[in-house]
Amino acid sequence: MSTLNGMIGRKIGMTRVYSEEGHAIPVTVLEVGPCTVLQKKNGQREGYEAVQLGFASKKASRLTLPEKGHLKKSGCEEGFYCIREFQVEDSSAFELGQVLTLKDVDIKQLIDITGVSKGRGFQGTVRRHGFSRGGMGHGSKHHREMGSIGQSAYPSRIIKGKRMPGRMGGKRCTVRNSMVVDVRPEENLLLVKGGVPGAVNQFVCVRFK
Amino acid sequence: MDILKKIELEEMRLDVPPFRPGDKVRVHVKIQETEEKERIQVFEGVVIARSGGGINETFTVRKESYGVGVERIFPVNSPRIEKIELVEEGRHNRAKLYYLRGLRGKAARHKVRRRS
Repeated sequence: MSTLNGMIGRKIGMTRVYSEEGHAIPVTVLEVGPCTVLQKKNGQREGYEAVQLGFASKKASRLTLPEKGHLKKSGCEEGFYCIREFQVEDSSAFELGQVLTLKDVDIKQLIDITGVSKGRGFQGTVRRHGFSRGGMGHGSKHHREMGSIGQSAYPSRIIKGKRMPGRMGGKRCTVRNSMVVDVRPEENLLLVKGGVPGAVNQFVCVRFK
Repeated sequence: MDILKKIELEEMRLDVPPFRPGDKVRVHVKIQETEEKERIQVFEGVVIARSGGGINETFTVRKESYGVGVERIFPVNSPRIEKIELVEEGRHNRAKLYYLRGLRGKAARHKVRRRS
């Protein structure tokens, strides 16, 4: 069981705690687990070893029939709002319907956290890519525009991947090597230093190394 | 949100005396000199502001040292503070006493609050 390398959690919010030396550390509080094993994937059937975990229970009346059918195999009465898969070395070490908490994993000092960043809507290049803006006065009308986007005769087209205005945020992103400040398995809480992508109450995946 | 409040409550100090802007306080600050050596320095002055709330609350203490005004901002809940002593209660009609910065001598003297 020690091979489980990740779990699903929820972002609770940010606060600060004091270290033993008296430094104030900005922390994000995550509620991680309990997660239920819904499916085991093995090398013969699926070609790789993994477990599917469910987090945040969902009332049985809100489940769709395909969801119910999938849950029946693991003997769960209630469903889950967040279902994710985690690769493991040996999925036969887990049992269907088994409930995993922070007690079941050993957590090192650094972890990776994956979530969906806050959506910022359609943003210009100044905010989205950090372009510098033009002069605001002295007759300049080039305020927050992006300037030239290419040459005329050659290549006479815009190079793919040119940074332009567009939708910003709302993307899956990972914060790597977040320092674990505190682990509280009784309350299912994990305190990590610094920020975590996404809004409060959003689901995040925590990966232990 | 309740989980956050619970964590903050654990981190908060419960031994802080109730002081207000205008009060004179003695702040005993722990100062790390070398790896092992630690001593306590007392910073005495008038509280000119309290800002923030809960675990994030800070207070500003102002004093005049050899004719030079000195201000220090302390987090109320910092473990680096050994203790806060309330010396005198002051009387002021504002929550932020930034106007004291422009005053010197008699004009900046400490007014004492009298309890009736």
